[in-house]
Amino acid sequence: MIPNITLVIQGIVFFAVVWLVMKFIWPHIIAAIEERQAKIAEGLAAADRARQELADADSRVADEIRKARVEAVAIIDKASQQAGQIVDKARTDAIVEGTKQKAIAAAEIESMAHRAREELRTKVAALAVAGAEKILKREIDASAHKDLLDQLVSEI
Amino acid sequence: MASEHASPNMTEYIKHHLHHWQVQMPGTEGQFWLINLDSVLIKLLAALLFVWYFIRVARRATSGVPGKVQCAIEMLVGFVDGMVRETFHGRSKIIAPLSLTIFVLVFMMNFMDMLPVDLLPWAWAGAHQMTGHDPAHAYLRVVPTADINTTFGMSITVFLLIQYVGLKHKGVVGFFKEFFTAPFGPWFAPFNLLLRVIEELVRPLSLSLRLFGNMYAGELIFILIAVLTLGASLTHFSTYLLGMGQFIAGFAWTAFHILIITLQAFIFMVLSIVYLSMAAEHH
Repeated sequence: MIPNITLVIQGIVFFAVVWLVMKFIWPHIIAAIEERQAKIAEGLAAADRARQELADADSRVADEIRKARVEAVAIIDKASQQAGQIVDKARTDAIVEGTKQKAIAAAEIESMAHRAREELRTKVAALAVAGAEKILKREIDASAHKDLLDQLVSEI
Repeated sequence: MASEHASPNMTEYIKHHLHHWQVQMPGTEGQFWLINLDSVLIKLLAALLFVWYFIRVARRATSGVPGKVQCAIEMLVGFVDGMVRETFHGRSKIIAPLSLTIFVLVFMMNFMDMLPVDLLPWAWAGAHQMTGHDPAHAYLRVVPTADINTTFGMSITVFLLIQYVGLKHKGVVGFFKEFFTAPFGPWFAPFNLLLRVIEELVRPLSLSLRLFGNMYAGELIFILIAVLTLGASLTHFSTYLLGMGQFIAGFAWTAFHILIITLQAFIFMVLSIVYLSMAAEHH
């Protein structure tokens, strides 16, 4: 089974065509395949990236919400504290003011009572003089009896 | 081998090359019952290789970044699928797989033409000799598509599918009504029928003859190129000249044949899709 020269040349032709394919056709096919592979890989990577970004954003949002909640709680605390303080202060202020007003009123009452008493005294004195005049049926000299009247006024 | 091939006759060489490895069906007589065993076996091998390889790739297919082989097959499948989507407007699940099978299988069978035309017959003759048979009777034609039986087998399958798709899409009444009413309307029923019959018969004929003719002619030219150094001896100067000639002619024709085998496989596929599409469409 020795191959004849025809077959040998056919073999050479075959390998020459294989070379031709390898040199001029195969690279194009491989390039197309690799391009497709790269495109797919890129697409998958992009999807992964997007997913990662989404997860990141989600966690960021959750963080923000948590922070905001803590802050809100703090603000509410502070506000209620402040309100308490304000109420306390108002209460003490009111007490102080009330006391003051009470004292002023008391003083006024005192002075008015004093004045009324004075007035009453003079009026009683005048009344006493008038009474005495009637009793004595004659004019008493106010100035002559001033000492007596003053003594009477002070006794009432 | 020595006695027969020492001074081989050109006509005999060509005849030998164009002779099929045939077996008579048991209990039969006549040409019709001869089986071209070489075509059948090589087509079967090609089909098994195709199925095995594609299943293997499909099983290992990943939705991640594909390997080079998967990528190549994806591109091929995508290409065929795109072709079918563009051309076939009916609804049928069989068209795309059928097209892929036609393309790949025809291409693989055509590809046998790229092998050195004497290689497998030579090995076959050697096998015959080793098992004690006469190598002169070791017939083998390695290109199944250069056998009209193979191409007709495929085109008849496509023909039957065309009828099936037509029936399925139009229903029995619509399908047969169209025989008489298209394309000239019901008044020309006989002409319509005649035209339709011719049209239907021409399709498988043209499909199979186109592929067969191309591949047969290609094979014949390979044989004729091989004849240049047939029985040449290294002591003659002309042998070297003709050998160069054989190399150049063989190289050119083989390289050109890359185009032909791909193109023929492609044409067979596209025409099948087009015919099936036409069958699915109402006139």
